[in-house]
Amino acid sequence: MELEIHDLIKWFEITNERIQQHKDYLTGLDQPIGDGDHGINMARGYQEAVTKLSQAEYQEPSEVLRDASMALLSKVGGASGPLYGTAFLKMSLAVKGLETINAASLVNGLSAALLGIKQRGKAEAGEKTLVDVWGPVVDYISSEESNLRAEDLTSQARMAMERTKEMMATKGRASYFKEKSIGHIDPGSASSYYVFASLAEVWKEKT
Amino acid sequence: MKKIINDPNQVVQDMVDGLIAANPDSLKQVPNTFVVARADAPVAGKVALVSGGGSGHEPAHAGYIGKGMLDAAVCGEVFTSPTPDQVLEGIKAVDSGNGVLLVIKNYTGDVLNFEMAAELAEAEGIQVEKVIVNDDVAVEDSSFTTGRRGIAGTVFVHKIAGAKADSGAKLEAVKAVANKVVTNVRSMGIALTPCTVPAAGKPSFTLEDHEMEIGMGIHGEPGIDRTSIASADEIATTLTEKVLEDFDFSGEVAVLVNGLGATPEMELYIMNKKLHEILSERGIKIYRTYVGEYMTSLEMAGCSVSLLKLDDELKELLDAESTAPAFRS
Repeated sequence: MELEIHDLIKWFEITNERIQQHKDYLTGLDQPIGDGDHGINMARGYQEAVTKLSQAEYQEPSEVLRDASMALLSKVGGASGPLYGTAFLKMSLAVKGLETINAASLVNGLSAALLGIKQRGKAEAGEKTLVDVWGPVVDYISSEESNLRAEDLTSQARMAMERTKEMMATKGRASYFKEKSIGHIDPGSASSYYVFASLAEVWKEKT
Repeated sequence: MKKIINDPNQVVQDMVDGLIAANPDSLKQVPNTFVVARADAPVAGKVALVSGGGSGHEPAHAGYIGKGMLDAAVCGEVFTSPTPDQVLEGIKAVDSGNGVLLVIKNYTGDVLNFEMAAELAEAEGIQVEKVIVNDDVAVEDSSFTTGRRGIAGTVFVHKIAGAKADSGAKLEAVKAVANKVVTNVRSMGIALTPCTVPAAGKPSFTLEDHEMEIGMGIHGEPGIDRTSIASADEIATTLTEKVLEDFDFSGEVAVLVNGLGATPEMELYIMNKKLHEILSERGIKIYRTYVGEYMTSLEMAGCSVSLLKLDDELKELLDAESTAPAFRS
């Protein structure tokens, strides 16, 4: 099974729908342990990304990822802009030249994205950041590869997001809350869950 | 929400337009950005200074653009870091070929966006260095947090590094003196009321009538303690002692008593009176005192105290000429 240009565009469109739909929820998650703008910022950035993708012609999937990355970089702001922007930029570079993305190149692309997020944010697993969703998801996809099931991808991402609730933040603004950050889902992990739930939806339609 | 605004989503645009209109000879807007720069940028032969961050802290940072301070300020959305493409435009607008120093307040968003911009600028052949300001002693400086926040002490970095750049110093030397200021400056603040981000429409937290938050950040981030409101003398004592505990200020200092937006100058002077008494009791000599609004938090009531330990080099640079609208010397 292979993801084509229009599947990647669809990925961003579905993610955008979910983010627009849950914008207030994401902002609400950001209020107790952040600065209360994650939903607003992600909604602005993803809207820009899908608008840009709908207007351009693409030769290969990497170009979709690059354009989405640039839109997120320039429109999201805050810490999430550079983190998501870096993720899709690294993924774009990792799949450059490919006409379609199969399971193995999806693993390569998402691994590169994860590495990009870690380097940009100087973050590791367990610090209550989006690494805590991207990490487990990449692990899951790597272990399954050709047997990748959409339902499992969604549930892995959801469980990973929910596990951030019990973590204590040591990176980002939430780290100032120390123990008080426990008991809240990390907003960046929640938006990352929507990213992977949407990827699963695209994947499911292909199988 | 009661504010003198038009569309809450256009406040940064409207503010930048008004700022340029007020200073048509000294400031310009870089087209299609929220970057404000010196009208005469790039200044030939000079290292350029670029700062910025979320809006809502006026006069920081665009008010500090002028000869002897910043060359450009990148204005983000309210309390939101500007994006890398905007910072890159700021860097390109002021680089004269002698390199650019980025002055960044220590917030994850600001650091990530400015770092990405620095990488993009380097890819275009521009020499970029950065300094990260973390003067707020209210939060613990440990590897288990993002580290201390950058607040009002940042203004001293703009002033002193700006003067150094104006003297014709090279990028490395400008960066070194900026880091010297960061090493020698400490701040701490209190808040009496919250503030409202225009696009959000309601305050991000609540403080009861009789409460104050000690050590609160300039975006309403939590402090170290919430107590009953105290007298000016008590507040000045709490803040000053916390700052003095953190660093050895014996010798000479510059003092900055900063209002957060809704605190009258009268109250800042009342604070300053006690602050001077405390420093004089400790035998710390005050070289310069600045009282007013330098780094605000929209309409938050409250204040911060910053101390900068001085040596001869810092004194000379602090007193050097500045034509910035919000810091003339």
